[in-house]
Amino acid sequence: MRVLLFLLSGLLTWSACSSPEKVQSASVAVRFSHNWENTPVSSTDFNTIKFTNENGEMLSIERLRYLVSNVILTSANNETYELSPYQLVNLGEEEVTIESNEVPIGDYKLSFVFGFNDAENIDGSYPDLNTASFNVPGMLGGGYHFMQFDGKYVDQNLAPAGFNYHVIRAVNIENPNNLVFQDTSIKVSLGVVTITATTDIEIKMNIAEWFKNPNTWDLNTLNTVLMPNFDAQILMHQNGKSVFSLGAVHQ
Amino acid sequence: MKNSCIFLLAIFLLMQCTSKDTTVYTPVPYDLEIPRLFADKLIAPVIPANNPLTEEGVALGKKLFFDKKLSGNNTQSCATCHSPQKSFTNNRQFSEGIQGILGTRNSMPLFNLAWNFDERFAWDGKELSLERQALEPVKNPIEMHANWETVAEKLQASPEYPDLFLQAFGSSEIDSVLITRALAQFERTLISGNSKFDRYLNGETTLTPQESAGFNVFMDEAKGDCFHCHGSDNNPLWTDNKFHNNGLDSNFSDLGLGAVTGDTNDNGKFRSPSLRNLRFTAPYMHDGRFATLDEVIQHYSEGLQPSATIDPLMKKVNQGGVGLSLQEKANLKAFLLSLSDPDFINNPAFRE
Repeated sequence: MRVLLFLLSGLLTWSACSSPEKVQSASVAVRFSHNWENTPVSSTDFNTIKFTNENGEMLSIERLRYLVSNVILTSANNETYELSPYQLVNLGEEEVTIESNEVPIGDYKLSFVFGFNDAENIDGSYPDLNTASFNVPGMLGGGYHFMQFDGKYVDQNLAPAGFNYHVIRAVNIENPNNLVFQDTSIKVSLGVVTITATTDIEIKMNIAEWFKNPNTWDLNTLNTVLMPNFDAQILMHQNGKSVFSLGAVHQ
Repeated sequence: MKNSCIFLLAIFLLMQCTSKDTTVYTPVPYDLEIPRLFADKLIAPVIPANNPLTEEGVALGKKLFFDKKLSGNNTQSCATCHSPQKSFTNNRQFSEGIQGILGTRNSMPLFNLAWNFDERFAWDGKELSLERQALEPVKNPIEMHANWETVAEKLQASPEYPDLFLQAFGSSEIDSVLITRALAQFERTLISGNSKFDRYLNGETTLTPQESAGFNVFMDEAKGDCFHCHGSDNNPLWTDNKFHNNGLDSNFSDLGLGAVTGDTNDNGKFRSPSLRNLRFTAPYMHDGRFATLDEVIQHYSEGLQPSATIDPLMKKVNQGGVGLSLQEKANLKAFLLSLSDPDFINNPAFRE
């Protein structure tokens, strides 16, 4: 009996010692930076007609805010860590940083969605986005803007004119009683990042890409009232695919 | 034995005295009644940690708001230019100070101020909190033209105010800090959330066909496109509280936000006012230039003036605006008037 108790206590001691080591979590921060063909852009660059798009139009930026959602790190064995369900990035205001202390150290694929996918683009459901007046009118199916990019360009008469490059879920409104939608959110995959104890990740937006690739954007043709323009939304969706890239990763 | 009793009695009396001296009245937290629509659609209002709402603070703020002692010659109160019956503005283009001097801006209506998340108040955003805003008109020489020390002395000398401040803030020593805190508390209770359109959104009433058509003009990017700056059925504030140049002038006699920031890119920008309660708040714009709502709609339809800082959201500037038809203008007006809230202006809690 004494021997049995000895063995049992030994087994318990061994099993306690051999329990898995606590996984070390990292401190991860994701930041968004903005550039125009590699020249950094901040709010101090706003309001001046200083950028030239692929079509040769000079333009200014006066407002640039956009929505990202499902910012996720995915491990090699498909474990996912959501860094943020959604985040409004506003270049005109304070820099946004998405932070997490929950991710174990390791290698991960970083991805996010530009805008909301259809399932999450629920009209009026996000109080912070309502408060920011980022909604899409019900007549266009509701939900939220993916991006509001406003500025001025020099038009064909060499006069400044406004543009509103507003990205939303594409909607065909030919029949107001039967709106036809196309999910134009963009899944952005940025490749593998190595997460160590402290990792700072930069996601870059090249603003010029919105006017460039694959569709050369003509602001004299497509400038305002783009929200109800189904075809314009498809063009934006196509151009948006090459806008984001992985920037510096600091450890 | 006798000495012991006297000693115990002395201790007891001392405890009573000490107890009385250290008793501090604790004000009762104020239960801010937030409209359902606001609670559902918006983030929580801004209540500063150093000035929480209390029953006593709000009541004191209300009393101060209507008290003419806050002016240099005891002839004007805050309510003189911010009358409850007019949604806390008045119907004058410019308000007249105690010496008969006219200001240069239209007095802003006051409601839903706790939902101004940037906390930039006044037309030009120069006041960075409600408490700070309340400091300004009292000492402004063309408004109430008083001296804060004198105002505090007048209130200190009154038979009732010292106790009211003691109950609200734990101090009977009155100064501008406590006065403006009380005023700000009262102002944060001024909530307007029961217009016809609110009741429509709550499923309690229906819109007329014209109001409904007007809402569509409001929300249509190709028509009014009002929603980008003035809220929507999902933002019941009916303002973004941001600063825009809405094309009133090509040359600015009033720089607005530009005079505050010193940035020429801000010239001609003013804070978007809420579209609630327009029925009660004429005239309109920062300088009260439009006497009627028809004139306002006409401006956006055909009267836009180009300038370097005009907001890109102002469309078809070269043509003067979006060019609404007569019917669309009438519809839009009907919708805008449905945002007015008679219960707000008749609320006895907000009256003197």
